[in-house]
Amino acid sequence: MAKKLKKVDVVVVGSGWAGGIVSAEAAKAGYKVVTLERGKPVDRQDYIGVKDELRYTDRYEMMQNLAPETITSRNNLDEEALPVRTRKEMMAGTDLGGGSVHWAGATYRWKPIDFELRSKTIERYGEKKIQEGMFIRDWGITYDEMEPYYDKWEKTAGISGEPDPLGDKRSNDWPNPPMKESPAVKLFKDTTKKMGYHPYQVASANLSQSYKNPDGETLAQCMFCSFCTQYGCDFGAKSDPLVTVIPTALKTGNCEIRTHSYVRRVLHENGKATGVMYVDLRTGLEYIQPADVVVLGAFAFTNNRLLHLSKIGEPYNPETRKGVIGRNYNGQFGITFLGARGFFEKKKFNLFMGAGALGGTLSDFAGDNFDHTDLDFINGGGIELRQYGHGPIATNAVPKGTKNWGPEFKEKSLHYTNRSLVVWYTMATMSWWHNYTSLDPTYTDDFGDPLLRITYKYTDHDRAMAKFGIEKCTEIMKEMGADIVDPDEVPEEFDHVYDGGHYAGGVSMGEDPETSAVNNYLQMWDMENLFVVGGSAFPQFGGHHPTATIGALSYRASEGIINYLKDPKLLTQPKKAAANA
Amino acid sequence: MAETERPKTPQAKDESRRKFLKNSGLVAGGLIGGGLLGSLVTSQVKKPADTGNKDTAAKDDNHDMDARTFFSRTDDFETLSAATERLYPKDKNGPGAIELSVPYFIDRQLAGDWGSNAHAYMKGPFPQNQEAAYYEDLDRNQKNQGPNADTQTAAPTPRYQTRMNRGEIFREGIKTMQDQASSKHDKKFAELEGEQMDAILTDLEEGKIRMNGIHSTAFFNLLLQTTIEGAYADPVYGGNRNMAGWKMKEYPGPRMGYLGQIEDEEFAVMKQESLRDYQDMWG
Ligand SMILES: Cc1cc2nc3c(=O)[nH]c(=O)nc-3n(C[C@H](O)[C@H](O)[C@H](O)COP(=O)(O)OP(=O)(O)OC[C@H]3O[C@@H](n4cnc5c(N)ncnc54)[C@H](O)[C@@H]3O)c2cc1C
Ligand code: SF4
Repeated sequence: MAKKLKKVDVVVVGSGWAGGIVSAEAAKAGYKVVTLERGKPVDRQDYIGVKDELRYTDRYEMMQNLAPETITSRNNLDEEALPVRTRKEMMAGTDLGGGSVHWAGATYRWKPIDFELRSKTIERYGEKKIQEGMFIRDWGITYDEMEPYYDKWEKTAGISGEPDPLGDKRSNDWPNPPMKESPAVKLFKDTTKKMGYHPYQVASANLSQSYKNPDGETLAQCMFCSFCTQYGCDFGAKSDPLVTVIPTALKTGNCEIRTHSYVRRVLHENGKATGVMYVDLRTGLEYIQPADVVVLGAFAFTNNRLLHLSKIGEPYNPETRKGVIGRNYNGQFGITFLGARGFFEKKKFNLFMGAGALGGTLSDFAGDNFDHTDLDFINGGGIELRQYGHGPIATNAVPKGTKNWGPEFKEKSLHYTNRSLVVWYTMATMSWWHNYTSLDPTYTDDFGDPLLRITYKYTDHDRAMAKFGIEKCTEIMKEMGADIVDPDEVPEEFDHVYDGGHYAGGVSMGEDPETSAVNNYLQMWDMENLFVVGGSAFPQFGGHHPTATIGALSYRASEGIINYLKDPKLLTQPKKAAANA
Repeated sequence: MAETERPKTPQAKDESRRKFLKNSGLVAGGLIGGGLLGSLVTSQVKKPADTGNKDTAAKDDNHDMDARTFFSRTDDFETLSAATERLYPKDKNGPGAIELSVPYFIDRQLAGDWGSNAHAYMKGPFPQNQEAAYYEDLDRNQKNQGPNADTQTAAPTPRYQTRMNRGEIFREGIKTMQDQASSKHDKKFAELEGEQMDAILTDLEEGKIRMNGIHSTAFFNLLLQTTIEGAYADPVYGGNRNMAGWKMKEYPGPRMGYLGQIEDEEFAVMKQESLRDYQDMWG
């Protein structure tokens, strides 16, 4: 029997950027908050002395343990989905701070067109440009309305960057100057500038100098230690929830964080959420945490799954194309981030040095910055060169046609270790009627609850955009002077490898409850005291990394939650949207 | 040119650490959190009493850990060793898999939680259908690209859909290699000519050999992945002996950071340091 605990104002599931921001903001406003996190408690001390590639990069030390729970995956509606069994095939965060701790820190605002994709596309190219089966829509919020929330998140995180010459209106500069430029980044920037493009430094959550954020949290300067993506930062120099919003929430005295707490259900009665049911993973004991407002900030997979499991909202049915939960599942994985690899005979770079977000980028092929009239796709993406700080196990690239083992492999992989660079296209993805989430009919977690099932396949639209990006990246790599340039190949079909952590949608936002699950405060249309926060709200994916947009939406949602606590009601009124959005 | 020498004494380490912290601005900005500073202070205090023989070169010659805890049969281990040496041979650049202790590295990985798939979803059913086999093939080519290409092993992994854990896959794979050697050449695998071993490895790689419960490509990929890991993982895991893998790669090992060097045009040649050196530095 579950034990019922004392009611609080807000219960938050998840402690990454999404859950952490909401916890901090509600606690700062004086509300009593309980934050539930399935993973263990950690802080910076846990990341000192762990610069160990095998353990973190290859064995995924910081990723979700998939033994008790994973997802299942298939391409087509008539297939049986199979479980994604190993951490090599799926990266999702766990432990205090979630995936927001082991992220790399590359930071982008999304473009105005990302938020009004449908109407702007029609405006410029006509209705026909939207392909049949493509579920894209306006978010119900514009870039201008998002701007103050972006600004707020950037200040909390101390983002370090320089202006994008093709960038959009901002009320303030990035709070910190850009990171230093390595020779590889410089080569990318100089070359693309000569080509007539508009390169700039990737804005980073690796801080270029020490910084105190508006909540009074102090962050240190990044050391370019190169153990960054898939690691926690031992210097407190990578902006993550552990050094920002979590301490901010705790020092109010209003927030209690309970780790090892695995949430299994959102409880509800008469159309209102009453709290959540969770298990303490150490004891196996079940608890009910009642609250006035329930917030899911548990990453796209769990946000989707908890709504399906708790039977909240109408599940999406691809046959009828009706229903909202699971609809508009999207993300950047597989076919995204393709480009070209170059091998340099005369140049040698210090590639073992670096930082998660050290890089150069350009927006010439992002959003609607280029004419799509003769292209068979809409939207676009950034072009990036990144210098993560390459580990020796990971860095074994050899030119195409080289055998990948034996004497030739050894010779060439050693030779090119510090002589090979990659440029890639961080392209947008659309949502499609056939890509969605549901519960798996066969596979279950340790408690016997069905796993989340993802049905996802590529479309000609994806392939056209990827091909375009690969061509642009190949040209750039040639101009950069690489002696051998290997363009990536466009994959035929999604291979069920969920890499990179950019999974989104399924609890998407919009103006019409027929097609969207939440409004522009991330408040559920069907349950007004339930807020579902994170990338799960993206109706479609923009052409850049997602986390700044997740951070901004989390501040937007926090404002909505506080408004709701003061005056409980639906915060925006629904509007009828175009069909099939 | 970057830092070339590894600190020899604890005092020198403390000094280099202090210098680093000073240069980095961490101390100046007062930004070291209580815990971090605390641990620095205690380690400095603790250090002189704690020297032991940690810093002598003797550790480099310590082969006590070159013993098997997973493979019970010498024969199996010899098969494994011979195969890894074909994948990563000794050449003019330096040692091959055997000299780097890669086979011991693999043995210990299989004996541990990775080998027993502690963090993998291992609930059934396990349909060994055509579809799974199809992806196993497809996957090989795709994993060289994409967002994690630079942070993941070059050896690709197929979609994992077998009821066997990695340790069991290795046993099965090694038995397969031995069966091939005896049926084709009437010899033990490790006694074959190099080209004969390569032919068997190629057949495995190309999925031409039938294995029970697993596609042979999947086994081959695991073998290749672990061989590369064993050549380049920190020596604490038993491979990369004497950091010779890192020397060949001109990889320095873990460092606090490269704030002062990141803009340098010149390639930095550094002396290798291990995780142990790094942790010693923190105390
Ligand atoms: C290797 C890697 C590199 C990345 N690099 C970048 C980058 O450079 N730029 C960028 O923009 N994005 C990057 N990302 C993506 C980024 O990490 C995510 O967008 C971001 O962390 C999402 O924040 P979140 O709060 O929604 O989720 P998370 O930070 O993952 O937080 C969700 C939390 O919910 C918890 N949780 C889940 N289920 C339950 C449950 N049932 N009960 C209780 N708790 C639960 C989880 O344990 C987790 O702590 C990267 C991702 C990865 C994996
Ligand atoms: S590269 Fe910089 S931000 Fe990343 S972990 Fe190292 S010091 Fe921290």
